[in-house]
Amino acid sequence: MRVGVGLPTTTPGADGALLVEWARQADAGPFSSLGVLDRLLYDSFDPFASLAAAAAVTQRIRLATMIAIGPLRPAATLIKDAASVQALSDGRLTLGLAIGARDDDYEASDVPTKGRGARLSDQLAELRDWDVSPVVPGTIKDQRPELLVGGMSGPAFARMARYGDGYAHGGGPPRAFQSAAAKANAAWSDLGRPGKPALWGQAYFALGDEAAGESYLLDYYAFTGPFAAKIAAGNLTSPRAIRDFVRAYEEAGCDELVLLPTVADPGQLERLAEVLT
Amino acid sequence: VRTTVLGAGPAGLYLSILLKKADPRHEVVVVERNPPDATFGFGVVFSEETLGRLRDADEPTFTAITDAWASWTTIDVHFGGEVIRSHGHRFSAIRRTKLLDILQRRARELGAELRFEQDVHDLGELPEADLLVGADGINSLVRRSHEEAFAPRLDAYPTRFAWFGTDVALDAFTFAFVETEHGVFQAHAYPFDEGTSTFIVETREDTWRKAGLEDLPEQESLAFCKQLFARVLDGHELLSNRSVWLAFNELRCKDWSSNKTVLVGDAAHTAHFSIGSGTKLAIEDAIELAAALGRHDDLGAALVEYELERRPVVERFQDAARQSAEYFEEVPRHWGLPPLQFAFNLLTRSGRIGHANLSLRDPRLVRRVDALLGGRGALAPPPLFAPLELHGLTLPNRAVTRGLDDRVGAGLYLSPGVAVTPDGRITPDDPVDPAGWRDEVERIHAVGGAAMLALNHAGRRGACRPRAHGVDLPLREGGWPLVSASPLPYSRRSATPAELDEAGMERIREAFVNAAQRGAEAGFDAVELNLGQGYLLGSFLSPRANRRTDAYGEDRLRFPATVVESVRAAFDGPLAVCLSEGPQDVEHAAALREAGADLVHVATGQATEAAAAEYRRGHLTPFSDRIRSEAHVATMVGGYLDTLDAANTIVGAGRADLCLLEPAAFA
Repeated sequence: MRVGVGLPTTTPGADGALLVEWARQADAGPFSSLGVLDRLLYDSFDPFASLAAAAAVTQRIRLATMIAIGPLRPAATLIKDAASVQALSDGRLTLGLAIGARDDDYEASDVPTKGRGARLSDQLAELRDWDVSPVVPGTIKDQRPELLVGGMSGPAFARMARYGDGYAHGGGPPRAFQSAAAKANAAWSDLGRPGKPALWGQAYFALGDEAAGESYLLDYYAFTGPFAAKIAAGNLTSPRAIRDFVRAYEEAGCDELVLLPTVADPGQLERLAEVLT
Repeated sequence: VRTTVLGAGPAGLYLSILLKKADPRHEVVVVERNPPDATFGFGVVFSEETLGRLRDADEPTFTAITDAWASWTTIDVHFGGEVIRSHGHRFSAIRRTKLLDILQRRARELGAELRFEQDVHDLGELPEADLLVGADGINSLVRRSHEEAFAPRLDAYPTRFAWFGTDVALDAFTFAFVETEHGVFQAHAYPFDEGTSTFIVETREDTWRKAGLEDLPEQESLAFCKQLFARVLDGHELLSNRSVWLAFNELRCKDWSSNKTVLVGDAAHTAHFSIGSGTKLAIEDAIELAAALGRHDDLGAALVEYELERRPVVERFQDAARQSAEYFEEVPRHWGLPPLQFAFNLLTRSGRIGHANLSLRDPRLVRRVDALLGGRGALAPPPLFAPLELHGLTLPNRAVTRGLDDRVGAGLYLSPGVAVTPDGRITPDDPVDPAGWRDEVERIHAVGGAAMLALNHAGRRGACRPRAHGVDLPLREGGWPLVSASPLPYSRRSATPAELDEAGMERIREAFVNAAQRGAEAGFDAVELNLGQGYLLGSFLSPRANRRTDAYGEDRLRFPATVVESVRAAFDGPLAVCLSEGPQDVEHAAALREAGADLVHVATGQATEAAAAEYRRGHLTPFSDRIRSEAHVATMVGGYLDTLDAANTIVGAGRADLCLLEPAAFA
């Protein structure tokens, strides 16, 4: 299993300079990917713009949206954004897409929530036509990004198996990942796709200053009500908790686990690197 | 810290014990509507695991409970005039009032304040506290007072049950089934002390109504049940104790705590009694809540941790209990099984016990189940490896694999889908002639296996890109015109098919027959026709794809059945049809059996792009069970079976005859 790290685009206190420096350090560290979240109505950065900046200061690290809320954007805009990151990074983008969980982001985008699943399917189908897409730059027409699809419902797993290359899980204890992975594999098999889907997981961590991490998670997930406290309680805050979690995800069949920072301090990257090596 | 607990059932009392034990300075007040010696319910049952946790949590109560309980390791299944006994299942039960008495004494001894006969109608009447615990059961006042915060969902099951007792200590956990003119009644019964057993009678709601129980006074319905289960009761009395007929309500809450309020036991969640987990879950809730409160100074953090620890465990039990309850709802479906297989089916109903696990608990019973399918002597292979005869062909085992790789050792090898006509291909890569597989089929025969040719016409799902590039994505170029039952595109991206006319039907019918004949010439032993998943024949069967007003719309089975009959006439070997779940699937399966199909391969819908299954391991097994038992036809089931144990359990329990395995099951 590969382990990636998040870029703190939604974490309070992160400014542009910090994000760029973070990306540079992550590229020099033992991480396979740099992941970003996507939230519109929140103190945060755009995922594609952030990955574009990261692309400019990194050489090897994979750049991943975990996930981007596809239907908030018109398909052509979404593909243009993704293609630009793909071009700037010389083909290092992994594009995770899902419908997201926030109705107010849809409202703010003037996009109805009704029918968003079908719209995501349309976008994925269009992304499959990358090589002939009029919005993809000619230089990277032969480098379609890997497509991950998230979600927990039956239709979401079917969508993943129809149009995706893999599954992006939304986070949770290893047992929850394992159960979702079985569903992803079952859908993949049912739709007759050859091979297996790529399985990506994610989790939050804070090594030191965990109180700041907790208050960020409580705020970021405030829209879920009391569930926010449960997410905050899942924050991995010790080297041992991280190692146990990584091992358990590996056993559950995860291909790549992205550890998302809850504290925007580059010291976090160093500490995480120590834990992982 | 001051804690108020509403409800002096097992959860509330046990929590008060543990809180006082952890810190005698805790002020704990338990408020209860009933008097301390109220006698509702008979016995409650525990598993071995729960007992271990009781011992660890509080030794004195554990000792007092073990002095007073009944313990046994057998399950009896009374069915079809036989009693099948299974060993190796450890249960313990205790009279509910005895349990409450032990817990009350211990709580008082530790200094908890118990206030009985306090009928509370408003939470404001309760003593003020830092923490309010709702341990007040399924109709919880605490939960109802914060309905928005807990967001409860209640789901009433379509059965009725009554909770009786009997004045004999049965020597096993007993399941008894009796058929009446109105339907099937079942009893769940277990001993809980030296002279008494709990005796729950359950039936489907329609049966309950037809039997007139709705309007019968309590004593008469008791007499009715006594007579019904006379053989099991064997002359003993049936005892009533407010034994009215109830519908079981499954309760799930979005949250179990809100601010300074938390729910435990039945107030937070219920699980159908047929897996006997209500008291277990309630007591374990109390243990976890007390532990979390002990670990955290911050109340909020403790309540979150309590729920995080407990919810996955509780939900697993609720899922298993639901499956168990559904089994009992549909039990008439299994009436045709031999008693031994019926018992194995019952024991494996909730998915918690499979063939492998039962082999450890009760090897002799499992050997008998194995012998039922696979042998003439005492030694028999596990169910998946028992031979199966289909239309004169004997398959060496019931494992099916996709592809023609003879190294798997399967009984049956299912070929990749062959298109019966070039325009019936799903993708340009699809084979159109089975003759190319002569060598593979020969190698399969050499290792004793059989090969089945999968025949299909893609219909409106045709002219797509190979599946490595996604599913149902139309070819950009080099496509061909599509046909279907009606001119409706499969997805928003798909081309609109032409409505198939009679000449086209005739052409395709002949193509199926020819392809089957070419398959037979290539050595294939069996043929499968795809009548599901939104392909051409499936589109005729689906009301969403077939909008025809002619004879083929009035009788949606007409064209597919004609194809099956024609292939049957031309091919003398096992003939399978692949069928998707749909409104008339049982009827269709039965008709296709009449038309000559020997086997139904059950598959997910996929009738339209939006159709999606609830994917999980074994997601097609209930569908297979339904088709097999109601349409009386052999079935083959896939649905992500990635362990041999799952397949052994399915075949052993008679839920399918053949299992289509994932490579992970044998790789």
